[in-house]
Amino acid sequence: MAWTDVRQTLRRVTYLASEFYNAPYRGVVARAKRDEDDLFMLLVFSEMMGIPNPATYYTLELQPILLERFHAWHTRMGMEHSPLDDFRCC
Amino acid sequence: MSAIVLAVTGIVAVALGYRFYSKFMAEKIYKLDPNFETPSHTMRDDVDFIPTNRVVLWGHHFTAVAGAAPIIGPAIAVIWGWLPAFLWVIFGTIFFAGVHDFGAIWASVRNKGTSVGALTGQVVGPRARTLFMIVIFLLLLMVNAVFAVAISNALVDTPSAVIPVWSAIAVAVVIGVLIYRVGVPILWPTVVGTIILYAVIYLGEIVPVELPATFLGLAPGPQWILILFVYAMIASLLPVWLLLQPRDYINGIQLFIGLGLLFGAVFIANPTIVAPMLNANVPAGTPPIFPLLFVTVACGAISGFHGLVSSGTTSKQLDKETDARFVGYLGSAGEGLLALVVIIAVSAGFASLTEWEATYSSFGSTGIGTFVAGGANIISSGTGLSVEFASTLLAVMAVLFAGTTMDAGVRLQRYIVQEWGTIYNIPTLQNGYVATLLAVTACVALAFGAGGADGQGGMLIWPLFGTTNQLLAGLTLLVVSVMLVKLRRQYVFTLVPMVFVTSMSFLAALYQLWDLIASGQYMLAGLDLVIVVASIFVLLESAAAFTRERRAADASAAAAPAS
Repeated sequence: MAWTDVRQTLRRVTYLASEFYNAPYRGVVARAKRDEDDLFMLLVFSEMMGIPNPATYYTLELQPILLERFHAWHTRMGMEHSPLDDFRCC
Repeated sequence: MSAIVLAVTGIVAVALGYRFYSKFMAEKIYKLDPNFETPSHTMRDDVDFIPTNRVVLWGHHFTAVAGAAPIIGPAIAVIWGWLPAFLWVIFGTIFFAGVHDFGAIWASVRNKGTSVGALTGQVVGPRARTLFMIVIFLLLLMVNAVFAVAISNALVDTPSAVIPVWSAIAVAVVIGVLIYRVGVPILWPTVVGTIILYAVIYLGEIVPVELPATFLGLAPGPQWILILFVYAMIASLLPVWLLLQPRDYINGIQLFIGLGLLFGAVFIANPTIVAPMLNANVPAGTPPIFPLLFVTVACGAISGFHGLVSSGTTSKQLDKETDARFVGYLGSAGEGLLALVVIIAVSAGFASLTEWEATYSSFGSTGIGTFVAGGANIISSGTGLSVEFASTLLAVMAVLFAGTTMDAGVRLQRYIVQEWGTIYNIPTLQNGYVATLLAVTACVALAFGAGGADGQGGMLIWPLFGTTNQLLAGLTLLVVSVMLVKLRRQYVFTLVPMVFVTSMSFLAALYQLWDLIASGQYMLAGLDLVIVVASIFVLLESAAAFTRERRAADASAAAAPAS
């Protein structure tokens, strides 16, 4: 058996094992991650909603990056339109 | 008789079942279509819905359904002799469990990957859905109590298993952190983790741990039960990726190693079956074999819990509809083989009939411990490992299965309590900690209250647990049968198992009601009464749904002449 065959087999086993590890829990982990992201979103945009945030100086920089996810976030939080007055989204 | 004969007969029968019966079901009844677009494609979100390799899916389905229950059930049921348990496990796997799991996946795939609970509402009606929820709640309540008692018994019986069992939790957490936080490729943590796990078994043998004979007036068994529930409470609040996911993974690996070791040892050692084929002189107090056998062995023959797995995760990840046969039927066949090896272990793992009779001295006194003792003897004579090592290994395997089920069970029950909080607008109940505390208190009350301060309630309710599990299976088969009626297909192959398990559950629940009242177990009798009522409603609901759907199908057939 050539060395490449061994590597091939190893790669296949690793693939199957990681699928076996991840497949059942993909949804749960994704949801847990989303919950954390939602909290982070709230922290970043907190100042705009009247919640004082001592780290605004830093979070302000993140706002453009998170903007892409902003619409999905506020609709998921049960707010049909953007909750921010001077920050229209949809 | 030689145990190899039993093993080969069982394996060949299940293999034939897969080859012919499941093929028949796939082609003629469920009519699987390789071109049908499954929900994993049509609703793909790469989270819940994602096409998955069928071998992976089978591995997941198999390890999710094969736990401690197919070990405990057959280990108790062999009290009536090995033949009834053997026949029920093999026939059950071929004609009941395979069709049930396979059918549940098919039903879910054909309905956008909906869970069986929601399907019951859509296909049968809202009343059936409520019934389904009640049965699930009862099942969860019992699962946690039953497994807590089973684990505590195993830890008291096998003190050498204590350190390995708790170390496995540490190993799982380390694997979880390595994979998610550090990003190590999975192979190395798997190999090293497995080696550590088996090395710790040696350590456990050197340092056995026994709890004090009494602590706060409690014997070691109840002490373990309390410790386990405190653990389950903490574990169910931890993130899934940190504990539950790696634990499930380790258990899967252990299941494959354990099954391989056991079957391998049976073929090498070829032990003789010492248990009677039919036990003519069962110990006093043993309930009648009919109908109790059919609820004592639930998992391993047919179990409603599988329907939840089938429709909860498996159906959402099925790549092709035709994979349902491989994943569902073979998944339950795997569990049947675990039950088969348990039957062999408890009927051939003892030196003589006298020794066997001494072990099976009363109904319900056997379980994980019996499997461990018998299985260890077989492994030891087959592989040359010491009996002590083999018994620690098997005890650790069984306890880890039961422990993971408890983790998941307490977590699910917490969700239910939280949902009540939302439905009835009670904010306190929505709090994760309060909900978990309530869920755990209910289970502790059941584990202790039923059997007095010795905390033996769990094993008394084993048949009750089986009954509830079978009722759930009945409901799932009802959904599948009604779907078949609507499609104007042959439904007798799912209807007969449905009527059989539901009537057996009803009869068993009725017998237990009488028995529990006679022995003054009023709390359990109350619980049982709920089950009796639920099973009557399941039967009525089925009859109503059937008549209705058959008429509707006939009417539509008459309205639309054959084309």
